[in-house]
Amino acid sequence: MKPRSKRLLLVGGAVALLVGAVALVLTAFQQNLVFFHTPTEVAEGKAPAGRTFRVGGMVEQGSVKRDADGLTVQFAITDTAKVIPVSYRGTLPDLFQEGKGAVVQGTLEPDGLFRASEVLAKHDENYMPIEAQYAVDQAQKAAQTVQH
Amino acid sequence: MIPELGHFALILALVLSLVQAIVPMVGAHRNRMALMAVGRPAAQGQLVFIVIAFVCLTWAFIESDFSVRLAATNSHTDTPLIYKITGVWGNHEGSLLLWAMSLSMWTVAVTVFSRNLPEAFMARVLGVLGWISAGFISFTLVTSNPFERLLPGAEQGRDLNPLLQDPGMIIHPPLLYMGYVGFSVAFAFAIAALLTGRLDAAWARWSRPWTIVAWVFLTAGIAVGSGWAYYELGWGGWWFWDPVENASFMPWLLGTALIHSLAVTEKRGAFRSWTVLLAIGTFSLSLLGTFLVRSGVITSVHAFATDPTRGLYILALLVLVIGVSLVLFAWRAPKLAGGGSFGLVSREASLLGNNVLLAVACAAVLLGTLYPLFLDALNMGKISVGAPYFEATFVPLMTPVVILMMIGPFVRWKGDDGGRIMRKLALTGLVSVVLGIAIAFAIGHVSVRTVLGLALAAWVVLGSMQLLRSRLAERPGVAGMVRLRGIPSAWWGMWLAHLGVGVFVIGVTMVGSLNADLDVKMSEGQTAELAGYTFTFRGATERAGPNYDAATAIVDVDRNGRQIATLTPEKRIYRAQRMPMTESSIDVGPFRDIYLSLGEQVESGAWVVSIHYRPFILWVWLGCVLMGLGGIFAACDRRYRRLAERTAPATAANAKQAG
Repeated sequence: MKPRSKRLLLVGGAVALLVGAVALVLTAFQQNLVFFHTPTEVAEGKAPAGRTFRVGGMVEQGSVKRDADGLTVQFAITDTAKVIPVSYRGTLPDLFQEGKGAVVQGTLEPDGLFRASEVLAKHDENYMPIEAQYAVDQAQKAAQTVQH
Repeated sequence: MIPELGHFALILALVLSLVQAIVPMVGAHRNRMALMAVGRPAAQGQLVFIVIAFVCLTWAFIESDFSVRLAATNSHTDTPLIYKITGVWGNHEGSLLLWAMSLSMWTVAVTVFSRNLPEAFMARVLGVLGWISAGFISFTLVTSNPFERLLPGAEQGRDLNPLLQDPGMIIHPPLLYMGYVGFSVAFAFAIAALLTGRLDAAWARWSRPWTIVAWVFLTAGIAVGSGWAYYELGWGGWWFWDPVENASFMPWLLGTALIHSLAVTEKRGAFRSWTVLLAIGTFSLSLLGTFLVRSGVITSVHAFATDPTRGLYILALLVLVIGVSLVLFAWRAPKLAGGGSFGLVSREASLLGNNVLLAVACAAVLLGTLYPLFLDALNMGKISVGAPYFEATFVPLMTPVVILMMIGPFVRWKGDDGGRIMRKLALTGLVSVVLGIAIAFAIGHVSVRTVLGLALAAWVVLGSMQLLRSRLAERPGVAGMVRLRGIPSAWWGMWLAHLGVGVFVIGVTMVGSLNADLDVKMSEGQTAELAGYTFTFRGATERAGPNYDAATAIVDVDRNGRQIATLTPEKRIYRAQRMPMTESSIDVGPFRDIYLSLGEQVESGAWVVSIHYRPFILWVWLGCVLMGLGGIFAACDRRYRRLAERTAPATAANAKQAG
């Protein structure tokens, strides 16, 4: 092989490899994005049906109930405007508490129940998950606009 | 008084860092020996003052001086001594001081161990490091002064975040920082070389041991962090693709590429521009990691800072570093062309493949980590990118890397016969595939990922053995021991690190295929079964720790009627912050961990217990240990110590070649 065609082959191979890798990355990226919605958006039906997404807000006071098996937990997430009922089976994070911020990831059932596969709470007592704070801020902003 | 002393020492360190940044650079430019010679004492003096500052801050923590704001918010009189000390860097301000101290230690190490560098080159290296140091110390002083007073002083401190009160957290931050910051040395060497306009094999040889040592620290730091997450977060996962983890993983990926690319530059003079770009990129990613983790754009246990000016400052520093170095690179790049040519089948080509793949993998992680932040910053919605994305991209990208890893070392530099390599490795490849399928059937878990993982692991282990055998066959007629000892330490390093990847893949594949979890409500005397083990709940007792109260469950673990262990998972409430914490209890074994964590008390006497079975998880970290050991062997190679005799003629010869 001539040096020139050899170099062409090498460069061509590298480019092909790169294109393949980029295609792979972008496809995987598209398929695995998890969108975030506030409880108000979910109540308005803006959340995608049948797809995993996240909802964040405060855990409503007095809403946490355990089923008889001791493992399934029912609670409600609110942004102070709308309330979304959530069902979760598993161990809750240490800092999960009523009246505190939490973010849940899962899917929405047709009857409006959010079936969570993951519950995220904050890492220490000072901080609120950014997304939970955002949901509450949005709802309060909306409430103020209505009053004006 | 002592905190003010520390503050003053830090200001002096800043002054010295500016001296170190400016004077030797000017000296190198004007070729004045006297000015260049200022670099070393300035760097060494700077370390002395930073250490004084650090000791003063530690003193405030140990003595529980709660008139220092940092101690008041991160310590408590009841905190055990060791966590008072680690509390110094368990926060934003203190961790920055640790960053600056690591940088200063690296700089002094360069002045001590690279005494034989040409004076002008050394002056420029120290100058670059001085600029970075000045940037970080001024950042600390201006936006995040760790010595800030709280007047009047608090009566009691708020204690360190309980998640951080753990042995793993004692060493994780210093190791990780030594790794992050260590890449600044590789960066400084690259910039110094760009400034002199001489990037030759000698430069690669000077820079290589430093890069490898930084990489070893980073590897160890990531492994310890992952171990901490495994036993502390309470559900037995070892890697979460959390943005904070990604922040440390990106420089690791690019740093791995850099080590391999430096090898080509040292041996063959090729890939020079690429190597320089990698050195710049790796350090930039270390800075980006610091920015992501410390600026508060990501909420996590690491995000202490919520002050936007701090984030802005690091961002500005980052932009400055990347901008200046890329401009410099563009200016000097035309001088970098050249280097030996090589064939399609050659060691260079296989290392090029490895580099491209590692860089793409790093870019994929970067995309998944930064894209949500961009969308958020542009107010285009909030999204998150979960573990499935990273797994879907990583497995296909790393598979060819692992395959190449065992082919590359067999291939000769410059050019080789493809048929020869095929004949040599065909049997190994075939046996690996068969082994992968056979083991998957034997463990009763046949899936694409399991077979692929096991086959790759077999490929690496078998390939390593074959590589050792063929290396020993190079010197026929010499006694075995002599032949073993004749192999240079760098070769052993490569061999061990690659074998470590194989061990790591075994761990990841097995724990991914066979792990089992069970959440169950248990009261006294009740039993549960998982993966052939029987768990009997013996009740829970209360106990008081130094700064927490705990409920301790007692669970007996039996297998085939024989008791193996008694585990005691705990639920702790840390008194100062009223923060609950799950403290897991693990029976560690070479082939499996049994991992218990205690959930909530659901009714009197009944608790939720999480039981996790984790086969081969120890191998994940064993693999990391082997990789790290490999790095140490590689960095200890004799040829780096013999630099002294070689440097001068080599530089001259290479300079002539390059010119």
